[in-house]
Amino acid sequence: MAIIDAINATLTAGWKGDAGWNLKEYEARGGYQSLKRILTGDKLTPDQVIAEVKLSVLRGRGGAGFPTGLKWSFMPKAAPVKYLVCNTDEGEPGTFKDRDLLAYDPHSVIEGMIIAGYAVGAVAGYNYIHGEIFELYERFEAALAEARAAGYLGQNILGSGFNFDLFAHHGWGAYICGEESALLESIEGKKGQPRYKPPFPASVGLYGKPTTINNTETFAAVPLVFRMGGQAYLELGKPNNGGSKLFSVSGHVNKPGNYEVPLGTPFAKLLEMAGGMRNGRKLKGVIPGGSSSPVIPADMIMDCTMDYDSIAKAGSMLGSGAVIVMDETVCMVQALERLSWFYYEESCGQCTPCREGTGWLYKIIHRIEHGEGRPEDLDLLLELGGNIAGRTICALGDAAVMPIQGMLKHFRSEFEYHIEHKKCLVPREVQKAGSTFHTRMMAGAAC
Amino acid sequence: MLSQESLSRIDREIAKYPADQKQSACMAALRIAQEEKGWLAKEAIEDVAAVLEMAPMAVYEVATFYNMYDLHPVGTYKLTVCTNLPCQLSGGVHAADYLKQKLGIDFNQTTADGKFTLKEGECMGACGDAPVVIVNNVRLKSFMTPEAIDKLLAECK
Ligand SMILES: Cc1cc2nc3c(=O)[nH]c(=O)nc-3n(C[C@H](O)[C@H](O)[C@H](O)COP(=O)(O)O)c2cc1C
Ligand code: FES
Repeated sequence: MAIIDAINATLTAGWKGDAGWNLKEYEARGGYQSLKRILTGDKLTPDQVIAEVKLSVLRGRGGAGFPTGLKWSFMPKAAPVKYLVCNTDEGEPGTFKDRDLLAYDPHSVIEGMIIAGYAVGAVAGYNYIHGEIFELYERFEAALAEARAAGYLGQNILGSGFNFDLFAHHGWGAYICGEESALLESIEGKKGQPRYKPPFPASVGLYGKPTTINNTETFAAVPLVFRMGGQAYLELGKPNNGGSKLFSVSGHVNKPGNYEVPLGTPFAKLLEMAGGMRNGRKLKGVIPGGSSSPVIPADMIMDCTMDYDSIAKAGSMLGSGAVIVMDETVCMVQALERLSWFYYEESCGQCTPCREGTGWLYKIIHRIEHGEGRPEDLDLLLELGGNIAGRTICALGDAAVMPIQGMLKHFRSEFEYHIEHKKCLVPREVQKAGSTFHTRMMAGAAC
Repeated sequence: MLSQESLSRIDREIAKYPADQKQSACMAALRIAQEEKGWLAKEAIEDVAAVLEMAPMAVYEVATFYNMYDLHPVGTYKLTVCTNLPCQLSGGVHAADYLKQKLGIDFNQTTADGKFTLKEGECMGACGDAPVVIVNNVRLKSFMTPEAIDKLLAECK
């Protein structure tokens, strides 16, 4: 499945599906020009590279939206050994953009990582690719071999004197490894259990060395920043929200898939691009930034634009840009029950509030969904959530609590109905019929 | 013992990491061992530990932490279907139900002939292609309508 549609395609411009991932095709669409310019043309210093990325206001595409240039500037200059890591763990339910990046444009990630490696002074880098897309891990290794053979990786890159090599590391089924310090533990060959912070990875990261970690899409955007210029990249989006972004649209739309739009594009436009609501049914709510972000009800989301600030103002998070669209056939209690199971299942078990708390949350929501809820359960959920959020080693605890807070804020009456009437507001058959195969698939979309 | 081929594949993984960080190849080595043996018995885990000069317990910790390592025998074809919310909204649960009915087994069971094992998976980062099924950990299949499932099962000889 290639990118389905875009407004002003920049990141995805020139993509040719499975036929276009290789080095020759990437170079034909301007690939590695930014690296050449930096290392041998304009001969930018690492500080100049960081300044340009700061100017672009490229914010991290992995979830937290942290400014990328600023993150790079945290790396200590004098340290002799530093590392760079790319986060392609992509396990946040609803997110599937990095998969397409690795499938159709792996060299943009490689080029972005080499530029970043130069900027922060790293000796080597690793791309952590989740195990579920193993075929793309193999493709990435093939792309690395191409880049190495062409002199973009290794010793004395393009004759510039800069040495940097890059490797692929695969995950094997653990959502928590998307959390950056768990990811580092995992590369070190251990269980993926997050570390205490501080120290942050920029001080103590992989093998104890200063390390910069960015998301796949963040790295893929870096060559673009230099091709366009930082200012032009920023202006593609809106102030404080530079550039375009991939949105993974899933759920009850006619055309689920990835869409590239400038930050600041109205949600209504994105929904229209995704083919509108499936079978013309009514929009009920949208989870705008991956399963951890609080749900936004239909009337509110229709007033939002897709950027970090607008979604935050509506009480949620742009997160990874995973837009989960739900129509009127969804029972919010059942939807939340499924998500809560996920966090319970994926808690790494290291700290008590998360390990025990996610289990409690799931059990309470499960009993509400199954007609055994008690009137005090809703307040109990919020109280319990308050004792988890902010009290765990990593943000998985918060991620488990935020969807619950969002649902109870906007759809509390549905939960109350469940407790009082011991059944769903939306009949089971309607739920099931509403969540079947969609039109794009039935029309035989390419697999 | 692991085959010579597996050992040399593991060596290629070790080469990716600094010389004093062999342990980093643990995840790949377990994956390679599982591919060769079908599942990870205690001996396979100990073999990996020996190759990487790790304590067997440290390797066992890794093998038990990550979901895609099989610590018990599985069928020739392990099918993992995603039922998380985004997939559920586009037929993920229907696909799971269809697989259960066709194979006559529930999640975490293996057919009597030892051919298929069915697993419930969490988000595979492919929600736009829902329903999705992963075959033997490494082949992700998109848009698994009943027809596509029938075709897949027929291909599994
Ligand atoms: C539980 C959890 C899961 C996460 N999963 C991912 C992920 O799959 N991919 C990702 O890029 N970041 C993920 N993150 C965020 C990372 O910790 C980190 O902030 C990010 O990779 C930084 O890259 P960026 O600044 O380019 O966004 C996750 C965080 C948490 C707490
Ligand atoms: S929810 Fe099934 S692949 Fe993401």
